[in-house]
Amino acid sequence: MTKPLGSFPGGLVLDGQKKRSTHVSIRKTPLSKTLILPLQQHIGEASTPIVKVGDTVLKGQKIARAEGHVSVYLHAPSSGVITAIDDQAIPHPSGLSALCITIKTDSEDRWIDLQETPDFTRLSEHDIRHKIREAGIVGLGGAGFPSFIKLNPGVHHHVETLIINGVECEPYITCDDMIMRERADGILDGIEIMRYALRVQNCVIVIEDNKPEAISAMELALKRRQSQFQNTSIVIIPTRYPTGSEKQLIQVVTGKQVPSHGLPIDIGIVCHNVGTSYAIGRAIIHGEPLISRIVTVTGTDVKHAGNFETLLGTPMHELLSFCETQRETDEPFILGGPMMGYNLSGDHLPITKTANCILVGVDNAAPKREPLPCIRCGDCATACPVSLLPQQLYWYSRSKDLEKTREYNLFDCIECGCCSYVCPSEIPLVHYFRFAKTETMTQELETEKADTARLRHENRLERHEAEKKEKEERQRQRKLALAATKAAKEKAEAEKANASESSTDNQET
Amino acid sequence: MPLSRLSSPFLSGPSRVTLHMIQLLFALVPAVIALVYFFGPSVLITMTLAIVTALFTEAVMLKLRNRPLEPFLTDGSAVVTAVLLAIALPPLAPWWLTVIGIVFAIIFAKHLYGGLGYNPFNPAMVAYVLLLISFPLEMTTWLPVTELSTSPLGFSAAFQAIFTGQLSTGLGFDTISGATPLDAMKTQIGLSLHPSYISEQPLFGVLAGKGWESINLLFALGGAFLIYRRVISWHIPVAMLLGLFSISLVTWSVAPETTASPLFHLLSGGTMLGAFFIATDPVTAATTIKGRLVFGAGVGLLTYIIRVWGGYPDGVAFAVLIMNMLVPLIDYYTQPKVYGG
Amino acid sequence: MLTAILAITIMALIFGLLLGYASIRFKVEGDPIADQIDKLLPQTQCGQCSFPGCRPYSEAIANGEADINRCPPGGESTIQALADLLEVEAKPLDDECGVEKPKTLAVIVEDRCIGCTLCIQACPVDAILGAAKQMHTVIADECTGCELCVPPCPVDCIDMVETKLNPNTWRWPDPAHVNLTLEDQS
Repeated sequence: MTKPLGSFPGGLVLDGQKKRSTHVSIRKTPLSKTLILPLQQHIGEASTPIVKVGDTVLKGQKIARAEGHVSVYLHAPSSGVITAIDDQAIPHPSGLSALCITIKTDSEDRWIDLQETPDFTRLSEHDIRHKIREAGIVGLGGAGFPSFIKLNPGVHHHVETLIINGVECEPYITCDDMIMRERADGILDGIEIMRYALRVQNCVIVIEDNKPEAISAMELALKRRQSQFQNTSIVIIPTRYPTGSEKQLIQVVTGKQVPSHGLPIDIGIVCHNVGTSYAIGRAIIHGEPLISRIVTVTGTDVKHAGNFETLLGTPMHELLSFCETQRETDEPFILGGPMMGYNLSGDHLPITKTANCILVGVDNAAPKREPLPCIRCGDCATACPVSLLPQQLYWYSRSKDLEKTREYNLFDCIECGCCSYVCPSEIPLVHYFRFAKTETMTQELETEKADTARLRHENRLERHEAEKKEKEERQRQRKLALAATKAAKEKAEAEKANASESSTDNQET
Repeated sequence: MPLSRLSSPFLSGPSRVTLHMIQLLFALVPAVIALVYFFGPSVLITMTLAIVTALFTEAVMLKLRNRPLEPFLTDGSAVVTAVLLAIALPPLAPWWLTVIGIVFAIIFAKHLYGGLGYNPFNPAMVAYVLLLISFPLEMTTWLPVTELSTSPLGFSAAFQAIFTGQLSTGLGFDTISGATPLDAMKTQIGLSLHPSYISEQPLFGVLAGKGWESINLLFALGGAFLIYRRVISWHIPVAMLLGLFSISLVTWSVAPETTASPLFHLLSGGTMLGAFFIATDPVTAATTIKGRLVFGAGVGLLTYIIRVWGGYPDGVAFAVLIMNMLVPLIDYYTQPKVYGG
Repeated sequence: MLTAILAITIMALIFGLLLGYASIRFKVEGDPIADQIDKLLPQTQCGQCSFPGCRPYSEAIANGEADINRCPPGGESTIQALADLLEVEAKPLDDECGVEKPKTLAVIVEDRCIGCTLCIQACPVDAILGAAKQMHTVIADECTGCELCVPPCPVDCIDMVETKLNPNTWRWPDPAHVNLTLEDQS
């Protein structure tokens, strides 16, 4: 066991509310009649369907392929028939729809033939990455970045430490806690594979000190497999939000900071979530693609809170009615945690790869009042783990001075919510920053388009000018040629007249 | 339970503006009691008058600006301005002095800039400086400490003096008024008297002026309470006191015959009130950590400079206003280094 | 008396030299104003402002010949940006130039296209692909929605279609204008 080497400024000590959902073990959600699978459940390009309406599919069969490099495959979570490939409501704060594949399950839950690889060392690193991509595995901590990309050190980088993130710092969420308690061996399987793919020996599993059961479970599993995991240790860190955020985690564990506009690999570190590790283990060793995940359902209005192994595509209301909540139909709930989650309403929204928690009702909810003006107390800057100046960002976002927000490093904001939490005027700071970010991105897109349009227009005008000039030149040449031939003709005629005159002259004498 | 926010976070911490103001007023109580003990009940009369005028003016301005009365009237900021100004004014300040000061503070120094959170200058100090420059006589007419007074004023006498401008005896104020220790120190040093000799006079107590040193200590106690409760941070008070202490230590070691001791400066006049309650006003002070240290040090240095070489016995108000002007500059140059930068 | 005059004169000279030096040393090389205006315009090249393109319009504004409120595709945000740049009052869009509409893209209905190239010649940004007697099609990424291709088409086969909102390009609403309580959100 090693100790953390650093810390980050600011942050909050929050009431964890973990016990609500950790007194029962992980249960399986009953199979749903309909599964709705958005084609984009990850960062990057949306996947492209490779089935059509009416096709019968087996559990684990590929139904969409990766599109472009930053993309992964999608699989049918259960056997059934494809009933639609169309726009459905997706769990996104906009409330908009996107392309989804809908499967009507046949309740037989038949698996496709799986390709198991008990000894993964027979595979090359490249093959392992490819298999992980094909298995549709993305970061299950909530961000959804395709995992195979973070298992490729590339030629220029050398990985020194693999950090396994079991921190789960946000209140209410306990899915990582439970997976560590109950499936520690599976997590270690994944870690072995990742170490192999990254060619790294050193590994650190980071767990917050409010998870004693998870710590013992992981310690026990490590002890049993001591020979394989000699350079793997568990680091216990004090419970503080937002230590689970990748950059802050790296700072706490190693004392180093990821350079601005850089990636953790630039300082030789790769981070993966415990859930992702488990999924990688299942995918490589057992051949199972990512078709389910553990979802925490909790909150003050939930009767039977707990963690549920849920098939992707399960409509959320089914999960919620399984847990018995005091929620009305289409009443908003939180997807994610209370500090960074999105509030959504819509009973038929499906569980996706990044849905880690559904929250119905929170303690210490932000009040309904209009915020007071900013009193410039500076508490937000004190709480910010990234050392930003939320106050200045607030003033500039509010007045839409987007250039100034860029100057004050708006895009370094991790939207953790610490600043809004401490604000005595109850200003929704994160909302302002999110607004400024999307405005900036829209403006950049529009400027790019306008610049291209201007260029094309100018080129077109130039082309017309050039054509016109060419035409005029040709006309001029033709005129000249015409004049020349006319002159030549006149000269020839004159000569001819001269010649005939002299011949008549000659004839007369 | 329906959610009240469009965007996360959906939790809110316990910190509130009104709570800050209430705790601030609570922290002032010990020192105000001391003020009453040493100078009579007139400060309470002035305070009540100030609070009433402040709330009334605030309500009128909110109406004129089409803003809702709730929550702005009850956020406590007008009351805090009124209380701080009342403490800063001399005991026998006529009622119209208080009213003019408060009305100017609320209207010009607060609402015309946009109300709570938008003013660049500390309203109480703006009012104080306005009154000091416009009505120097009334603003420099102080009472001696009760035990030194030949005819200490009771409640009704004080009431009459404030509202009618006349003493019950029919005599003028100058029969009962006296110089403050800071004032006395300054003028007598100017007359080439040695500071240690000056400190022997009955006006002075152990380390500084009689009564004043206790009041200042109690302000410091209130300030410590505010720091403990995280209503203010320690940076500005510590920086200001250190700034004031350092410069006066330097001059005192160089020329002890013509300068008062550093401790005298720390415990005289509006030093502690300024350090813990006035310079720490979040709206008008610097916001970055380094910025606060610079701001506080600046207030301390300027206070000393104005006290010793300026035309007024106490420089806290002017120092605070000058540093308020420099706050945007200070904030710009003291930005913290962002993660990874 | 003399010393006073001398002192003031010398100070004036010193300050004058300082200012002159500063005005040369710290001179800001700026865009000519027409370029800055052009940067703010949406480059639709539609001509609704009654000028043959965005560049002529920006030059007209720079010369004071045209008002800032003549651009319907730019809408209120462009008028406000121009007002901020030129330090004048923003005013509402001039009705005779058009109305602010949501962004649309041209789509050619291929069943009806006869391959006459009239629309290709009309498009100010060359966003239509095609040749004589060949199928024409609009390159969606390049289309600015200016609608100049619609009138010339002899078979009326060009439709202006509203762009669909996409979760990836969705924008968070302005918190200052939105009521924070969800129940009022409809």
